[in-house]
Amino acid sequence: MAENPSVLVTAPETGTTVTEYTVGVLRGLRRFAGKQPVGTASGVVLAVIILVAIASPLIAPYNPIEGHFTAINEPPDSEYLLGTDRVGRDVLSRVIYGARISLLVAFVAVIVGDALGAMWGIASGYLGGRFDIYSQRIVELLLSFPTLILAMVLLLGLGAGVFTVIVAIAITRIPLSVRVIRSVSLSVKENAYVEAARAIGASDLRVMALHIAPQCFAPWLVLVTAQLGGVIVLEASLGFLGVGVPAPTATWGNMLGGAVAATLKPEWWLVIFPGVAITVTVLAFNLFGDSIRDALDPKLRGNT
Amino acid sequence: MHTYIARRLILAVPAIFVITVIIFAAMRILPGDVLAVMFSDEDGFRMLREADRERLLDSLGLNDPLWKQYVNWMKDVFTLKLGESFWRGDTVMETITHRGPLTAEIAFLAIILAWIIGLPVGILAAVKQNSFGDYVARFFSILFLAIPNFWLGTLIVLVLLLGWHYKAPFGVIHIWEDPWANLQIVWGPALVLALSQAAYVARMARSTLLEVLRDDYIRTARAKGLAERWVILRHALRNAILPVITLSGVLLGFLLGGSVVVEKAFGVPGLGSTLVVAFTERDYIVIQNLVLLYGLIFVVLNLLVDISYAYFDPRIRYS
Repeated sequence: MAENPSVLVTAPETGTTVTEYTVGVLRGLRRFAGKQPVGTASGVVLAVIILVAIASPLIAPYNPIEGHFTAINEPPDSEYLLGTDRVGRDVLSRVIYGARISLLVAFVAVIVGDALGAMWGIASGYLGGRFDIYSQRIVELLLSFPTLILAMVLLLGLGAGVFTVIVAIAITRIPLSVRVIRSVSLSVKENAYVEAARAIGASDLRVMALHIAPQCFAPWLVLVTAQLGGVIVLEASLGFLGVGVPAPTATWGNMLGGAVAATLKPEWWLVIFPGVAITVTVLAFNLFGDSIRDALDPKLRGNT
Repeated sequence: MHTYIARRLILAVPAIFVITVIIFAAMRILPGDVLAVMFSDEDGFRMLREADRERLLDSLGLNDPLWKQYVNWMKDVFTLKLGESFWRGDTVMETITHRGPLTAEIAFLAIILAWIIGLPVGILAAVKQNSFGDYVARFFSILFLAIPNFWLGTLIVLVLLLGWHYKAPFGVIHIWEDPWANLQIVWGPALVLALSQAAYVARMARSTLLEVLRDDYIRTARAKGLAERWVILRHALRNAILPVITLSGVLLGFLLGGSVVVEKAFGVPGLGSTLVVAFTERDYIVIQNLVLLYGLIFVVLNLLVDISYAYFDPRIRYS
């Protein structure tokens, strides 16, 4: 902000054109790239992974579910670049399609879970009183199971599938989100403008939606980006244990789990490639999340 | 302090009661029951007639009204009988005492290894900030945070298979029976769990130590001519260690969940693998008791961590 004070003066103008807006966004991106080179690089890697996930039918050389019975358990060669599994399915195509499930589950579960938690946290912090006390008890209950075991129990009740995995993981996101956003809400509600809004007769709902929620957005974004990597591992763990998204749908977790469960001695290409896919994705999410946190946290701004 | 502990314990009781209700409810709302898994008509013919099914449900106690099933479970919990597996004859209590020590050993070793590896790495990285060693330490901690532990476990097993003709352990060998054979079972899972936790510990130790080293009292300690070693070990570390302990509380949760996954990767017959098998077999009695056990352990460990704050940081006094 300090380097370009004129931005502050021109910002309130209402007639910003689309091109001006684009220039502004590009300038912001360039500044982010200059200060956070690692974050930018991981952002690019993420963009590539997301593109691969979206365009998987165009990129994947074979159908991920169809087995080639003439090529069972083949090591990587020119025909099947990453080899085939025990029913002759192309590993490369399955890894590519696996990105879809991983990213879909991670984004939807984290955003929905954290959004629900944020609404709950805002209400809990702003309304206080009995509502706050009871909701803190409920949050403590959710926190009294290890995350993976909570997700497993929920999936047992819900049944296994892409949708239920998303629901189960989203529920495990809620308690932390409530805690973090509640504390933000508690400090924001002390501001004079909140009091002013109430003084002119704004309803609780209006104050929470228009005056508290916007202040919670930056911490919420940090929370979301920080959790994406962990959720990819959580989804893969569920798949690995055989309680997540069921086969034949290709996910990185159930590919690994299937390879280990099928024999005492899994082929190396069935173990290496899905694991590399998970690790690279999680690494990119973690590094990107760190740089978002650094960029949004005013305490850290400038001294990194 | 004592009243604080007492209050926390009293508050934990209703929490645990609600936990048992939640577990019980989750077990019963699920579509299909244990008999559907036991006698699936996958191969085109059904092994159970309707009358047989009813008789079996009766004998398993699944036809009782829900409240009665719940009361029976609570009776079992309080008398520590914990019921029997639907599939095998052994009681859950036998399973816990037979397999539990293995999982406990893995968790215990993992925590100790994590501290032994993580803390020195974090301290060195902070003391020599921005040196080559610091970059190496940070690289590896970022890497080990991203590698899923079940994959690392599977990789180790793969290397052992190819190089040393490793065989997954077939049975439980306790440390008091044959310490060497026992160690061979537990070292792998413990190491894998320790590495990812060491990464967290190193990262946290580095960042808090860096913060503390900027404090005035550190400058004072240096100014009076104290050797750098003692400035770090006696003065800085004491204040830097609190967040690391906090973190260990969080890590315990990962450890409980992580042991489930890693035991599966190594084929170690601990409580975690028992839980996974029970899940695929819909073995309610085993699941509900083991999940309750994990929940209890988790609640107690969190309580211990909270109490340890007060011990390590005299500024915190629970009134």
